[in-house]
Amino acid sequence: MTDDENKAVRSLTDIAQSIYDQIDSGRIPKMTLPLRTKGNIRFDPKHGVFKYGKATGARSAKKVNGALMLLRTMYVLEFIEDMIATSKSSTLREMYYISEGWEKAKFSSQDESNLLAEDLEIVTSCMREDLKLRAEENGASIIGDIDITEMDRKGRLKRINCRDDVGDSGYGIPNNVEKEKVQLLSTNAKFVIAIETGGMFDRLVENGFDEDFNAILVHLKGQPARATRRIIKRLNEELKLPVVVFTDGDPWSFRIFASVAYGAIKTAHISEYLATPTAEFVGITASDITNYKLPTDKLTDMDVRALNAELKDPRFADEYWRGEIETMLKLNKKAEQQALAKYGLDFVTDKYLPEKLTNMGVLR
Amino acid sequence: MASIADELAKKQKEISVSEFFERNRHILGFDSQIKSLIMGIKEAVDNSLDACEEAGILPEITVMVEKVDKDEFRVTVEDNGPGIIKKAIPNVFGRLLYGSRFHAVRQSRGQQGIGISATVMYGQITTGKPAVVVSKTGTEDVAWRMEIMVNTKKNMPDVLKEDPFIWDGKEHGTKITYHMNGRYTGGKQSVMEYLKQTAIVNPHSRITFVDPDGKRTTFERATDKMPPATKEIKPHPSGLELGTLMNMSKDTKNKTLGKFLQLDFSRISDRLAKEICDKAGLSMEVNPAKLNLEEQKRLLAAIAAVKIMAPPTDCLSPIGANLIKKGLRNVLDEVRPEFYAPPVTRDPKVHSGNPFLIEVGIVYGGDLPKDSQVQILRFANRVPLLYQQGACVVTKSIENTDWRRYGLEQRGGSGIPFGPAIILVHVASTKVPFTSEAKEAIATLPELQAEIELALKICGRSLKTHLNKRETKSKTRVKFEIVQEILPLIAQKSAKIVGKPVPKLSGSITKIMNVVWIDDAVTFEKGHHRVRVSIYNYTPQSQKFNLHMVLPPGSFDYKGLQFFPTEVREDGKVSWELPKISSTERLDVNFSLTGLNKDDYDENEIYASGINPVFIIGAEPLPGDWDVKGLQITESVEAPVVEEEEEEVDYDESKEALNDD
Repeated sequence: MTDDENKAVRSLTDIAQSIYDQIDSGRIPKMTLPLRTKGNIRFDPKHGVFKYGKATGARSAKKVNGALMLLRTMYVLEFIEDMIATSKSSTLREMYYISEGWEKAKFSSQDESNLLAEDLEIVTSCMREDLKLRAEENGASIIGDIDITEMDRKGRLKRINCRDDVGDSGYGIPNNVEKEKVQLLSTNAKFVIAIETGGMFDRLVENGFDEDFNAILVHLKGQPARATRRIIKRLNEELKLPVVVFTDGDPWSFRIFASVAYGAIKTAHISEYLATPTAEFVGITASDITNYKLPTDKLTDMDVRALNAELKDPRFADEYWRGEIETMLKLNKKAEQQALAKYGLDFVTDKYLPEKLTNMGVLR
Repeated sequence: MASIADELAKKQKEISVSEFFERNRHILGFDSQIKSLIMGIKEAVDNSLDACEEAGILPEITVMVEKVDKDEFRVTVEDNGPGIIKKAIPNVFGRLLYGSRFHAVRQSRGQQGIGISATVMYGQITTGKPAVVVSKTGTEDVAWRMEIMVNTKKNMPDVLKEDPFIWDGKEHGTKITYHMNGRYTGGKQSVMEYLKQTAIVNPHSRITFVDPDGKRTTFERATDKMPPATKEIKPHPSGLELGTLMNMSKDTKNKTLGKFLQLDFSRISDRLAKEICDKAGLSMEVNPAKLNLEEQKRLLAAIAAVKIMAPPTDCLSPIGANLIKKGLRNVLDEVRPEFYAPPVTRDPKVHSGNPFLIEVGIVYGGDLPKDSQVQILRFANRVPLLYQQGACVVTKSIENTDWRRYGLEQRGGSGIPFGPAIILVHVASTKVPFTSEAKEAIATLPELQAEIELALKICGRSLKTHLNKRETKSKTRVKFEIVQEILPLIAQKSAKIVGKPVPKLSGSITKIMNVVWIDDAVTFEKGHHRVRVSIYNYTPQSQKFNLHMVLPPGSFDYKGLQFFPTEVREDGKVSWELPKISSTERLDVNFSLTGLNKDDYDENEIYASGINPVFIIGAEPLPGDWDVKGLQITESVEAPVVEEEEEEVDYDESKEALNDD
């Protein structure tokens, strides 16, 4: 057993011990966890990201939900310890299906089992990989002139240039992008551009944006998975590449940017591993909508609620974001990245991005 | 030269009653195609039920609707009633306003005798075809078949054809077949709904319906007991109107005012007649037919001023709480209602000299729709009212009641409430004050409305009690699941992971629950009701207290008891002095009831004494009027254990933002 595995088993057993002791001494068993709400994330000046604050909540057997979650926790502990003992690992989805055999403790949705896995990360301060739990591949990818090595299934280091050695869909970001699996060697690129939608990613690839502007293109595929955020962070830290984020112009895209740059509320316990504080937002901004006279949709009720929630989100509590959110509310409109095609297929690579990136000082 | 008045007089000629109704068919309710079909069936079925009841026969009625062409239907209604003698058949079916009940003061479905002949008339107007009536009485060997039409000019029956024949296998009964233009539909106002509601309030009848597709539905009878026969009574003087008094005093056979008052009215004794006459300043001996208007008015005022006993009530036939419940249960079984509020049958009251009484039942929950208005079932003398809901005193009374107090939704506390409920209201009276001849809605008389509202409130309170009980029970049941199922598993698993013996749970359990929980059940098998009352002491202390139940008198079975009751009273009140129950222990009290029908007992009424009521869930504190003898009641006054833990945020209910970033 490795040190990490030993630490994981110890921390997991501690949880069970605490529940056992509480019952044994006649108390109502409970676990105390930091609240995972937007009201309880604080800026951590040391890492420049948002982390959980001091507010805690209890998961107590006083209520059915709490009692069931505690019971599930016990089953998950046992399951993880078994995996560590037998050198196995499972995907989060597999764990959800494994719980079919747990009768009363069966998860009612995969969201529930995913959240519990995160809870355990928080309580044990172990990463989910240490707990032998993996996310499913989500298919996000990279295209650009960068050399990396990846350890393949047979334990051999494979050298890959993410422009020349890959197909049109790019280099697929694996689940584990830590150093023992993926090394970043060298690059001629000058910056990283992370793109929300597949359609826009493909447009930039087809237009040769990576070569023309010395860029590394990262497809976020909606709300980015941990591995995607982690590799962006490493590109930024290790290769000193500036990162820009290019998304749709709607409230949900603002949150995508926030999770890349500041840390997601769900994973605020590991924000310092995942977030890239220097990442900048290219657009579509609320002012782009008017400046470029983009085709728009009306905000839905859900959009408006999301924007209003963002006004209370500490991650957006600065002048720039407040302005963006309020402008969007005032316009009552949103626009997709691909709305730029109004001016032709090349407009985004010939005009929009060069213009914006130059203004931001990313391109000179 | 003839004056204009003479000219006009030539044009004014008498029109017969039937001619009048022919031109004003909506007055009888034949105002739309859908409705006409229902009205016709309703008239025929009302007649059948009335006839069976008068003859003391358990009704067996078959209704068949067949589609002849696009608009035309053939309707057949057959009963097992006493039959009609040959001579009377033409008048009953072919002459309007012919009937035996017009002048009788007693409760019956039909009152005016317009109904069935109007149906025959409407059928002949719309299809040109006569009605075919078949009837056989028990004493005759042959049955008669007649083809009948109404001669609308003369209001007389025309018999087109009559044949005697042998009605195979039928001892007595009547069958009418008529053709009518109409439209057949399903839904709230339909033949099916009408028959279903009829079955609810006539649980002694068996009603079969064959719809135009040939689908057969039978509402079986829920009881073999006939409703008690109603008696004819004389009009009751309270609420009497001047016109009625004048008519009665002219028509009376009694030659003196004293006798007239005594014999033509109910509840007027010799002494009371004298008091009335004295008050009116009239002699007991005057001829009532000779009273002038002034004297009539004084007489009426005197009648209103004296105190008169309520009218005799054997002229009314309430369905009764028990049978309302049975009827509802019988027909509503498929929606599995969760609760039948004990129906309320009020004592009779009087409107304009006519006794009436109100019955109310409420059904709640199950598969009844949750977010629509409650369904209102209105009945007048056991006849369902399907139309003009908004104009009816029943609806007004329901709208006027604040149902929010009884657990139903109602915006602003008035209007028809919302929720998974059916409210049944039955108005029984010797004269139901309908708003029109179509007998679709009951007029809003203040006496009626006040009684209906009272009955609704009583029934509403039972509903609220049930809902409250259900809520505390379900809250506790949830905790019960924690301590009985989840917590033991948590303890086992954690013990396994840390490699220690499974810890004792009692401390945690009593902290989570801190109540005595009573769970009960009634099952019926092999003619016995088996009752189980389980008492779980989930408090940290041991508990000793008394258990009390209300059971049907005389049903308690002493056989096979583990805990003998301390007292079994004649009125069905039973008490136990329970042994001490230690913390986290369970005690079961089991017993049987004998000699009851399945429906006679289905919900336990459980009370506890000798324990602080805040600690008990599943039993009510013993009411003060219980009057317990021989039992030591020491109300232990312990303060509930104060929870030491400060309120913490529930982690699992705080993750509002997790999935939207």
